[in-house]
Amino acid sequence: MAQDAGTDTAAVIDGEGVRRRDFINIAAVSAAGVGGLAVIYPLISQMAPSADVLAESSTEVDIAQVQPGMAMKAVFRKQPVFIRNLTPKEIQEAEAVDVGSLRDPQTLAERTKEGKTNWLITMGVCTHLGCIPLGAGEGEVKGEYGGYFCPCHGSVYDTAARIRKGPAPTNLQVPDYEFTSDTVIKIG
Amino acid sequence: MIRIFSILAGLFFAGALAWSLLWDTIGFAQEGLPKTVEKAFYEHPKELHLASDGWFGKFDKKQVKRGFEVYQQVCASCHSLKHVSFRDLAALEYSEAEIKELAAAATVNAPDPLTGEMKDRPGLPADHFPPVVYAGQGHPPDLSLLAKARHDGAAYTYSLLTGYQAQPAELLKQFPDAKTPEGLHYNPYFPNLNLAMPAPLTSDGQVTYSDGTNATIDQMAKDVSAFLVWTAEPKLDKRHQVGFWWLGFLIYATILGYLAYRNVWAGKKH
Amino acid sequence: MSFPWAKQYTPKHPFMVWMDEKLPLPRLVYSAVGGGYEVPRNINYFWNFGFLAGFCLVIQIVTGVILAMHYGGNTQVAFDSTEHIMRDVNYGWMLRYGHANGASAFFVIVYLHIFRGFYFGSYKAPREMIWLLGVVIFLLMMATAFMGYVLPWGQMSYWGAQVITGLFSAIPMVGEPIREWLLGGFAPDNAALNRFFSLHFLLPFVILGVVILHIWALHIPGSSNPTGVEVKSESDTLPFYPYFIAKDGWTIGLFLIIYSLFVFFMPNALGHPDNYIPANPLQTPAHIVPEWYFWPFYAILRSFTQDWLFIIPAKLMGVLAMFSAILVWFFLPWLDKSPVRSGNYRPLYRKFFWVLVLDVLVLGYCGGMPAEQPYVLVAQIASIYYFLHFLVIVPIVSSIERPEPLPYSITEAVLGSDKAAAPGDKA
Repeated sequence: MAQDAGTDTAAVIDGEGVRRRDFINIAAVSAAGVGGLAVIYPLISQMAPSADVLAESSTEVDIAQVQPGMAMKAVFRKQPVFIRNLTPKEIQEAEAVDVGSLRDPQTLAERTKEGKTNWLITMGVCTHLGCIPLGAGEGEVKGEYGGYFCPCHGSVYDTAARIRKGPAPTNLQVPDYEFTSDTVIKIG
Repeated sequence: MIRIFSILAGLFFAGALAWSLLWDTIGFAQEGLPKTVEKAFYEHPKELHLASDGWFGKFDKKQVKRGFEVYQQVCASCHSLKHVSFRDLAALEYSEAEIKELAAAATVNAPDPLTGEMKDRPGLPADHFPPVVYAGQGHPPDLSLLAKARHDGAAYTYSLLTGYQAQPAELLKQFPDAKTPEGLHYNPYFPNLNLAMPAPLTSDGQVTYSDGTNATIDQMAKDVSAFLVWTAEPKLDKRHQVGFWWLGFLIYATILGYLAYRNVWAGKKH
Repeated sequence: MSFPWAKQYTPKHPFMVWMDEKLPLPRLVYSAVGGGYEVPRNINYFWNFGFLAGFCLVIQIVTGVILAMHYGGNTQVAFDSTEHIMRDVNYGWMLRYGHANGASAFFVIVYLHIFRGFYFGSYKAPREMIWLLGVVIFLLMMATAFMGYVLPWGQMSYWGAQVITGLFSAIPMVGEPIREWLLGGFAPDNAALNRFFSLHFLLPFVILGVVILHIWALHIPGSSNPTGVEVKSESDTLPFYPYFIAKDGWTIGLFLIIYSLFVFFMPNALGHPDNYIPANPLQTPAHIVPEWYFWPFYAILRSFTQDWLFIIPAKLMGVLAMFSAILVWFFLPWLDKSPVRSGNYRPLYRKFFWVLVLDVLVLGYCGGMPAEQPYVLVAQIASIYYFLHFLVIVPIVSSIERPEPLPYSITEAVLGSDKAAAPGDKA
């Protein structure tokens, strides 16, 4: 009968029964909820980087060919990395700067590995809006501070790839890397 | 009115079918069941039991690893494995350094990331197994999915690898035209009985196993079959594991759901 | 539908009052699947398949939209991107196996739903429109499933596309141009694959639209029931919530158990190994068959082996018959003129119904076998019965049959007698 759901005599007399029944109904609905949540996990997880993408999350680069004063580009996580072998003069220029006067105060030593201060390894992505600065390729403009110059909006970086002029808020990012030998670095 | 049309339409289709049936029956009466050499001499795959079989199956990693060694030392000269990456070998308990070494031994033709130009370079763990250039005639199939691309995949490869034999005299007596053509090899486990690939596993000890297992032909065939199940379905372990827990939960939830249904309907006849 | 005793939605909370005024969505839910929708109390578990079919559609749309995020609809990458999903995408194997087996599950459920309709006469007035929309859904499902099967671009995908589009070339005069138009070329290639991908994405939403119409049309007369006697009084019905929500709800669990057994433990059991071989336009597999849910119709197609009376081409007849095998369902409400709906009270029709079930199973079996004897002969006999059943037997039986006596009402069928129903029911 449509409307006499409440007049179920057995249940009214037996209060214990009612409570037990409510419990089962609540448990069943909760189980459905738990199941629904469990299903959502793979549906969300599938959007995260897949195994083949993660496999390329670290890159090894052979830097034996890079002579002082030269630079090379490598690709790390589908983005350019600038690997630069600084000349003593460039190191000296970078160290001569008063760190306090910089927009993003960092010394060259903080941006390189101990004992390898000549190896300046930074992402080749301008921290302003993501363009690729010039200066790492052969014959490219290095800008007035001898580092990198981003032609999009005119950010100028010095020989430690620190922002000196223009709109970029921070220095070129230094990725996680380590020297696996004197001539090979592993980025990421 | 519609029913008259419908009966006419029904008779139209039935008539056309009866016409086909009539001629096919006459043909059947004259020729009988089709009799071909494949029907008479094809053999279903031998039984093969692998650790990955069944609903609770898990790969026997040691065996799969041995199978990979068979692939490397025997199959790899003709057959590619393009859907598998070197990094996948981590699942066979290869260390990072070993994988790097295996990958570097391969030459991969890939676009240079800086210039976009296609270049040969040593392989990286992230690379897939490179294509294999086969010098002879024909196209040896890629093996990555073979175990799923054949009925009863693992048992099929195992039977095929151990099933090479001389053509039975009985076959030639019954089907004199069915002599194995020049350059093909008789194997009753191959659907049309003759295949281009010569027996790849020919002698015991052909493969050197790193774990010292005695490499009999039977052992090698089993191991490489187990390996091909892995290359075709690398997520099998995870699938069984997730499925087991999920199914357990579903049974629990369904029983609760049924009890709740009984509650709701208590006292209601239907 | 609104029986006089059905409860009307009355919002209590001020927000719901406001909501009901601006957008009466709660009212719609309440009257469609809530306490305000009265359903015959005696419907059996065969009435669960509609709800389950809707659930399958949701599974397919959710997994399908996600797979489309990782799949590439181009002949160069389609096969490899499918393998990429299986190997590298997080839980990609689960999504793809879920989608492939979800299609099979959807068809199992829908076939049961359709045969429920055949047995219980659900297609009869006043429910003709529901039935017609249902047949439209089934046709759309077949088109969608076919195009989905082409997407992995394996051997069966390719040759399926070749054969199915080849059906259209049977049409006299314009057949060949139509086929080329469908494929955007002379054989299945990139143009075909890409448009199949696009349409395979679109059609499920068209199905969803027709499903909404199907349910809308259902809510006008309300559900039929195993007696086939229309609802007469309050004691014949129970509200959808909580009774039928609870009943449909727990069978979802049951369905998921069976479905998950396939997805997790035998995901390739219903597929064909050849589809794990990349498409090769120069080599046809030895034995090509469509997916199992097309087998009965495929058997009918192949049953026409001779030009009829040496005039009508066998190919044309086969195609005509295959499409007619489903199109006859559209006429069923008018071919069956028996005043009694339910097969439970139709002794003669009931026998033929079970013959039809057996017949379709035989057709399905033959359709999955190679096109050789004895399967073709058996399929021909089964096809003859199939057409005779719908076009000749059903009209004639419905005229000559003497139905068994019907109960006065649903209440009487459930409780033994209608008069005593009210007090007896509460016990």
